Amino acid sequence: MSATPVSRRPAGHWSDRVVARLGRKFVIGVPMVFLLAVFALPFLVVFKISVSETDGVRFVDLLTWTEGVLQLKVRFSNYLYILFEDDLYLQAYLSSIKYAALTTAICLFIGYPFAYFMARSRPEIRPGLLMLVMLPFWTSFLLRVYAWKMLLADNGVFNNIAIALGLLDEPLKMMNTPFSLTLGMVYTYLPFMVLPLYANLVKMDIRLLEAARDLGATPWQAFWRITVPLSRGGIFAGALLVFIPCVGEFVIPELLGGPQTLMIGRVLWDEFFANNDWPMAASVAVVMVLLIIVPLALFNRYQAEQASGGKA
Amino acid sequence: MATNGNHKPGAGGTATTGQPFLRIQQVVKQFGDAVAVDGVTLDIAKGEIFALLGSSGCGKSTLLRMLAGFETPTSGQILLQGQDLVRLPPNERPVNMMFQSYALFPHMTVWDNVAFGLRRDGLPKDEIAAQVDKMLALVQLTPYAKRKPHQLSGGQQQRVALARSLAKKPQLLLLDEPLGALDKKLRERTQLELVDIIHQVGVTCVMVTHDQEEAMTMASRIGVMSHGQILQVGRPGDIYETPNCKFVADFIGSVNLFKGRLTVDEPDHVVIDSPECRHYVSHGITGTLGMDAYVAVRPEKIGIQADAPTAADYDNAAELGFNCARGTIRGLAYLGSSTTYHVALASGMVVKITKANDARHDEVRLAQGDTVHVWWWGSDVVVLTQ
Repeated sequence: MSATPVSRRPAGHWSDRVVARLGRKFVIGVPMVFLLAVFALPFLVVFKISVSETDGVRFVDLLTWTEGVLQLKVRFSNYLYILFEDDLYLQAYLSSIKYAALTTAICLFIGYPFAYFMARSRPEIRPGLLMLVMLPFWTSFLLRVYAWKMLLADNGVFNNIAIALGLLDEPLKMMNTPFSLTLGMVYTYLPFMVLPLYANLVKMDIRLLEAARDLGATPWQAFWRITVPLSRGGIFAGALLVFIPCVGEFVIPELLGGPQTLMIGRVLWDEFFANNDWPMAASVAVVMVLLIIVPLALFNRYQAEQASGGKA
Repeated sequence: MATNGNHKPGAGGTATTGQPFLRIQQVVKQFGDAVAVDGVTLDIAKGEIFALLGSSGCGKSTLLRMLAGFETPTSGQILLQGQDLVRLPPNERPVNMMFQSYALFPHMTVWDNVAFGLRRDGLPKDEIAAQVDKMLALVQLTPYAKRKPHQLSGGQQQRVALARSLAKKPQLLLLDEPLGALDKKLRERTQLELVDIIHQVGVTCVMVTHDQEEAMTMASRIGVMSHGQILQVGRPGDIYETPNCKFVADFIGSVNLFKGRLTVDEPDHVVIDSPECRHYVSHGITGTLGMDAYVAVRPEKIGIQADAPTAADYDNAAELGFNCARGTIRGLAYLGSSTTYHVALASGMVVKITKANDARHDEVRLAQGDTVHVWWWGSDVVVLTQ
């Protein structure tokens, strides 16, 4: 079409545009399809199980067609049971949230100074420090939790040393207490707090702190007025990364927790494998997901508002 | 204070007599083995706008940071109205700084940014509000008080930074590359605006810049720095017309440097012979016969024409036969208000000449490849011996 022999096709030809548009959709679409397949679909299956009836062997279909009657049977009794009948579930939920929150708070308390120190250290030693944070991942998580069992047991390393030194007369009961549970969770999840905080703090503009000092702030004021508010993103990211897995944690309470520390992961396990009540177990799981998702969604909305806030 | 208008206090080669407002004495700053600031001594008068001018790494920013309190001098004294600043932490100095690219707090509104310093002083709320509103009015940003810094243009951010650094009524205002982040057109307008506001407030100001135009426009005095030392201090005109060394001559504007040897040394004139031409300099210099010297001539002070200059072309007939060279136009750049010629002389040296285009039609148009004479007055050159 074009007179010049060099160009094959005029720029902006419709087929180019179609390819560009489809290409963009494809790039976004792949992860969407992936999430749909591995997250949304299984969740729907779990939800379906939670509202299904069993005839003892298998699930009864939700939709049935018998003699010209289309029947939709959705069984909510599990949810009602969880919420109103037996307070074991609610207690387990509350206890899970309590320990997850406690773990998150302690991780933040330890992790923030840790990340701050790393971010302010000389650039050439930062990769080494990062390596130290990630070093525990080289050993299986299960092994490390078992190791705590050895350390905390009544005749474990800590008690033996303390008795040998005369600090204790008889072993201090540490295993299978809220203490051992919290310790194990903090130990396991601390890196998930440190890493996002570090990533946030390391890119903070030091000149902002200088500006604050220049304007009359003491170092302590500069930290609270500038560093902490600007690292809020890192704090939230770290808190979520610790809090969410902690709520559903099963292995650590199982190994380090005790009778006082019933958590929802344990209840879930019992329903599935001890009681074999799949609809009940699925209901417990759905409630747990909702319990986590609702605050998460609220937080997301808050962040979106913050990001676009004040633009008007 | 506000009545100063455009008067530039403290103008002159030296600061006003008596105790100087700010005295920097033998200040040295070392980072390990590297000497960033090497024995700087400087007096700055009250109400002055003083510019530290130099290329990057010359130590000017380090000196400014020592005034702000972010660096401690290895040795030396910094006295503000007789009070030693060195031992005070930055938050206790009556000094505020406008940072390069502003360092505005991104999580605070414009209003809160300006109020930050006042709040640290624990002033009553209504006093803070009154001062912040006054500052925002001063920089004409009142309608933007509720915005966050990222919602402002570069020029507006610069004004927020200025308002923030002036809010505490500092005795000394420090500006670190104040307009470096703005584009050229905006920079030119903002320079004068900034000077105007500084004079309105009446604050003494030390600025750091690598942009000579910025320094010359804004400052009443300039200190040219290189390798941690101040080479020359003076008014913009002094530094341009009478540089005291090769570095300053070359750094401020452009210059043609002829290297030669002193052959005639009279009280009222000297002659310096260089391979390009014999230089008749119509003032005496301190030196000895036979010594090496550089003759510095600014491009706009050189005439260019096809014919050899006559005695009438010089201000002193004795210069005929001196201060003139023949060459070929190697290249020329038409810049609108002026044209720049590069003329290659027989020795291989290329002389730069700027000619104002003061008439729309030149009777003779010079072109590339033309053989021309270039000439200048003996009173327009500066002899540099270092």
